[in-house]
Amino acid sequence: MDLGLSEEQEMLRTSARDFLQKECPKQLVKQLDESDEGYSPELWRKMAELGWMGLVLPEEYGGSGGSFLDLVVLLEEMGYNILPGPFFSTVVLGGLSILAAGNEEQKKEFLPKVANGEIILTLALTEPSAKYDAASVKTKAVARNGEYVINGTKLFILDANVADYLLCVARTKEGVKPEDGITIFLVDAKSPGVKCTLLKTLARDKQCEIIFDNVNVPKDNVLGEVDRGWPVVESILQKAAVAKCAEMVGGAQASLEMAVSYAKERVQFNRPIGSFQAIQHYCANMVTDVDGSRFVTYRAAWKVSEGIPATMDVAVAKAWTSEAYGRVTLLGHQIFGAIGFTMDHDMHLYYRRAKAGEIMFGDGDFQRAVVAQELGL
Amino acid sequence: MDFRFSEQEEAFRREVEDFINEELPAGWTEGNIHWPGGYGTLEEFEVIGPRMAQFRRRLAEKGWLTISWPKEYGGAGRSNIEQAIFHERMSYYRAPGGDVATLIGGPTILHFGSDEMKKEWLPRIAKGDVTFWLAYSEPNAGSDLASLQTSAVEEGDELVINGQKIWGTVAHVSDYAWMVVRTDPTAAPHKGISLIIVDNKSDGITIRPLMNICGFHSFNEVFFDNVRVPKKNIVGEKNQGWYYLMVALDFERLVIPMGGFRRTFEEIVQYARETKHNGQALSRDPLIRNKLAEMAIEIEVAYMFFWQTAWMLDRGLMPNIEASVLKLVTTELSQKLASVGTAVMGHYAQLERGSKWVPLRGRVPAGYLDCISALVGAGTSEIQRNIIAMRGLGLPRK
Repeated sequence: MDLGLSEEQEMLRTSARDFLQKECPKQLVKQLDESDEGYSPELWRKMAELGWMGLVLPEEYGGSGGSFLDLVVLLEEMGYNILPGPFFSTVVLGGLSILAAGNEEQKKEFLPKVANGEIILTLALTEPSAKYDAASVKTKAVARNGEYVINGTKLFILDANVADYLLCVARTKEGVKPEDGITIFLVDAKSPGVKCTLLKTLARDKQCEIIFDNVNVPKDNVLGEVDRGWPVVESILQKAAVAKCAEMVGGAQASLEMAVSYAKERVQFNRPIGSFQAIQHYCANMVTDVDGSRFVTYRAAWKVSEGIPATMDVAVAKAWTSEAYGRVTLLGHQIFGAIGFTMDHDMHLYYRRAKAGEIMFGDGDFQRAVVAQELGL
Repeated sequence: MDFRFSEQEEAFRREVEDFINEELPAGWTEGNIHWPGGYGTLEEFEVIGPRMAQFRRRLAEKGWLTISWPKEYGGAGRSNIEQAIFHERMSYYRAPGGDVATLIGGPTILHFGSDEMKKEWLPRIAKGDVTFWLAYSEPNAGSDLASLQTSAVEEGDELVINGQKIWGTVAHVSDYAWMVVRTDPTAAPHKGISLIIVDNKSDGITIRPLMNICGFHSFNEVFFDNVRVPKKNIVGEKNQGWYYLMVALDFERLVIPMGGFRRTFEEIVQYARETKHNGQALSRDPLIRNKLAEMAIEIEVAYMFFWQTAWMLDRGLMPNIEASVLKLVTTELSQKLASVGTAVMGHYAQLERGSKWVPLRGRVPAGYLDCISALVGAGTSEIQRNIIAMRGLGLPRK
């Protein structure tokens, strides 16, 4: 057993922290949050130059051949600093999916562009039912004249407003089981009939509604096998859940550090509020939540990285981390008191993201249902 | 990172399993109602202790009472991860794998004792020949342990002890007190304390039982009236006891019956699957499924803290706030497990051992009572949070 990061991973962590602190100050975070694009093309280019987009892609596709665990280390730092933008969508939801399910031509076409920051991708899965099960995929794709025609509405789609390609999950056949007959399409976001509308969200992340109105997609743009796309979706969701946990762990760590540092300097009743036991115990509770989340997240990430079955571990990590991050940010707000309740303050950036992170890819209740299933209940 | 056991660790885990299957008396695991984290149902020391004498001897022969100790002191010279694997498996089967001497006193001597003390005590502890009880708390020194008043005054080669200790779990069936006493009444409270080993058979010691809420005699009040102890029984330096005690407490907080949580949880899950009300298994009830899933998740989290402390020890680091986090998380888990157990069983959760209708031999109601002790002993949850906040995060005292 070895519970430590490798030297390279430690270096990645430190360099990512330094870079983001310098290049993505909270002022920029807030500015991007309020913008329609939600990312800075300049910062995006610098990240690509650092090799972040290609970190987890093989060298033959322009990447550096890192592991999923390496990516998780980086994502934790992105959550720590808060990095607005389509990194998660492009790399985790898009790049890893093409790597896992794409044919050689697709990989050669798309992955080098992902690695050098040329394209932005995202996954268009959820619909107005807002669920992560196969039965909720109602968007239809019908074969016609050597092409597919897609019709339907996708909702809560991250970064679709700036995406070049959408990995659209659609129903190509009504099967006996809802999992049968699902296909993933690589859709050019500029195709006629694609209408994207930005949603106004709590976390100011760029989630969108996408309406597919008779959108033509060439047959070559099917990702993976026709009608057999659901296992690919499941595998994307699994990686996405762990990746989201990593961001949340970073955010929780930052919230803890902010709150502790404030508790040491804020004086009331002639003493730092951090000397009051009530505040100390809040901080201690935050420590156990942050550390516990990190452990279960890294274990799940390690298993995914090693290709070991991880259904239970991922559900445990996502259920726990989702709710732990919520608890940590709430306590953070309690410690900051009124000042934390202002837009100028940074605490709300984390508090907002805690809720978004909890909901995305299955909240606590959803994941506990998976755990119950895995327990054989 | 590698969350797998190494081949050697995996082989050791199998060896422990095989040993337990062969040596543990039949029906032991099911019959023992010890609740993970609790102190009140450790009845084996007295009631079942003699049945386990042979088992303990076999453990001692293998050096497994003191797995991570060097071989020269009777240990097995294995890693702390292996020791953790051992305790996880033993506690899973509710088998006694260690005691105050092997898990708290011995490791502290190994760290701070003189060579002479190591030679005198460690091999005997490793053989299971001597047992200790913890003589820390006093009627007026609980969480504020540094205010302890029991005095030890030098007279020639001896110390003369006067005072009273309380709780003293299993003091009545142990050989020696592992004790903190005040050796310098003029110094600041925590600078005048020494750690010392006192023979229970010494003249002037009176032990009175205290029945715990589970109905067992585990606690004691112990009175010391001019008890004479050789000076060589002082652990490390005189008046440095508080510092050693902090480390001894860290060792104590690492003594977590991790497997016991998993075992008891599995039994409750099994109960939920097998028990039908109106033709439907309890396990189909969404509320019960959710509660059990929550519990499973918390157990997984706790396991990670558990392995982390062992991994740290193997890297030469002494878990300190990590020990407090582990203790805090697992003892609160102890209480939640009791709460979930009673929720799953409903009316049946009231039935104690001996009732005709009793599920799981009354383990759950016993745990409901016993878990109270988990959050109090070895430093209350509040003390653990203080430690995490002040030592870990550097929050100010004033």
